[in-house]
Amino acid sequence: MTRTTAAQDGAGIAEAPPAVALRGATAALGGRPVLRGVDLTVGRGETVALLGANGSGKSTTIRAVLGQVPLTGGELELFGTPFARFRDWHRLGYVPQRSTAAAGVPATVREVVSAGRLARRRFRPLGREDKAAVRHALELVGMAERMRDPVEALSGGQHQRVLIARALVAEPELLIMDEPLAGVDVANQEVLADTLRQQVERGTSVLLVLHELGPLAPLIDHAVVLREGQVEWVDNPDRLHDLACHPHGSVPAAEAAPKIETGLFS
Amino acid sequence: MIEMLNYGFMQRALLAALLVGIAAPAVGIYLVQRRQAIMGDGIGHVALSGVALGFLLQTNPVWMAVLVASLGAISMELIRWYGKARGDVALAMLFYGGMAGGVLIINLSPNGSNANLTTYLFGSITTVSPQDIAAIVGLSAFVLLVSLGLRRQLFAVCQDEEFARVTGLPVRLLNLLLAVTAAVTVTVAMRVVGLLLVSALMVIPVAAAQQATRGFAVTLGTAMGFGVAVTLSGTVTSYYADVPPGASIVVIAIALFALVTVLAAPLARRRAARDADRTVPTGPGGGTLVADGNESAGDGTGSVDRPSRV
Repeated sequence: MTRTTAAQDGAGIAEAPPAVALRGATAALGGRPVLRGVDLTVGRGETVALLGANGSGKSTTIRAVLGQVPLTGGELELFGTPFARFRDWHRLGYVPQRSTAAAGVPATVREVVSAGRLARRRFRPLGREDKAAVRHALELVGMAERMRDPVEALSGGQHQRVLIARALVAEPELLIMDEPLAGVDVANQEVLADTLRQQVERGTSVLLVLHELGPLAPLIDHAVVLREGQVEWVDNPDRLHDLACHPHGSVPAAEAAPKIETGLFS
Repeated sequence: MIEMLNYGFMQRALLAALLVGIAAPAVGIYLVQRRQAIMGDGIGHVALSGVALGFLLQTNPVWMAVLVASLGAISMELIRWYGKARGDVALAMLFYGGMAGGVLIINLSPNGSNANLTTYLFGSITTVSPQDIAAIVGLSAFVLLVSLGLRRQLFAVCQDEEFARVTGLPVRLLNLLLAVTAAVTVTVAMRVVGLLLVSALMVIPVAAAQQATRGFAVTLGTAMGFGVAVTLSGTVTSYYADVPPGASIVVIAIALFALVTVLAAPLARRRAARDADRTVPTGPGGGTLVADGNESAGDGTGSVDRPSRV
């Protein structure tokens, strides 16, 4: 189980510092070590997928990148700035795992997406420019006509599209998504893949946690497979495409691996 | 109806009721959004200790209650951050301690008795003094400034706290500010509604409004309207029926909630039907569904047509 960096140093990285540089990250949740030395680099304009079994530390890794899980060791740089000094929050767009727990008070799609605009406005009032940005972000995910509807009335896939619009509305340079395809039907997965493709074409860097590559496979530059809080291997998705459907890294017991492999090659 | 306005105490009571009716739902909506509707109740219990302390130290009970309730609300917020596992027990102790401490201290104070404690527990229209009014107006202004002026920021924090942190908002500061604002609201409301029922005025108008609304801003505005309606009518009822205003206000609020729920049911059904209509045409599967509907409708008319064909 050797540690590897996500991107080979120097290869394919422009002169700009990478969007995410996580080195030797360790973190614990409730006293239990969850990350045990994770290296992860997301270069500018790159799309990196984090794969691995439940409990392998995928979500913790991206929450650590966002500063939501304190690192007990290692370093984190965002756009070349050490995290402690990072203030350019509008450069990050975060799409959390869709929660099924609704808030206690109804909110419209527009209200939820407008909250993302606070990354640029903070305490200043929202103006015409912000309204246009909200509409544009909803058009990107094809939800503009549902702007006045309450989010509670949306299906899982539509809700996920609204959360993506909320992240896109601040016009981020790095999009961080936690299982964007979970609980999303095939038609909505295609819409999401389309939206993401447009973002990647614009030069947005993307870091996302996935259970399966699905329709996103052609977009992924690197796939990082985590296991028990460590990077198990890093690969190009061409080779990983098949493996990702049955990632043997995700099989908890080592002796189960041969069985999976026979399944793979048969 | 008009003659009650000739009394100074009634003018003050109605002004206080108006301000409470606006302010309590404006703060309460964030607590409801965060599923902490019960927090107002806890602050009310703690504020009781402040009132009693005011009597003991012979200072104005309102300001003492603001101080103690704010400290209580800040401790609740800190417990929410740090005491995840034992949080609810710690909160419960804070509630019990506030109530017990209040009763204890009031009985120790020279001119305090359980009788004037009752006016703080259930409200009283005759006891809103001119000094109280000055405090109530100032504190309401603060509450409205925070709850309306920072509504987008507070909405973001209460809707999705982690996302709000990633947008760079000072989430902890906003949470503390909301806690202190809730504590101030409780003390503003305690003269009219009373400490035991203040939470009801923060929650019920919001709960009633969201039976009929679909957005946050609309819910906020409607809840404030409902709040004013129930506090004013409750205060007037209290004048004629000679009952504590807290009780009449809350009973009227619950009646309003029931009324809105009944009236909103057909509205919700219509909206659900419209949403279904709008969702159906988006997917290719939806088209078939519509076609199926037409087909069965055609069958229906067909059966009527059949005799003529025979």
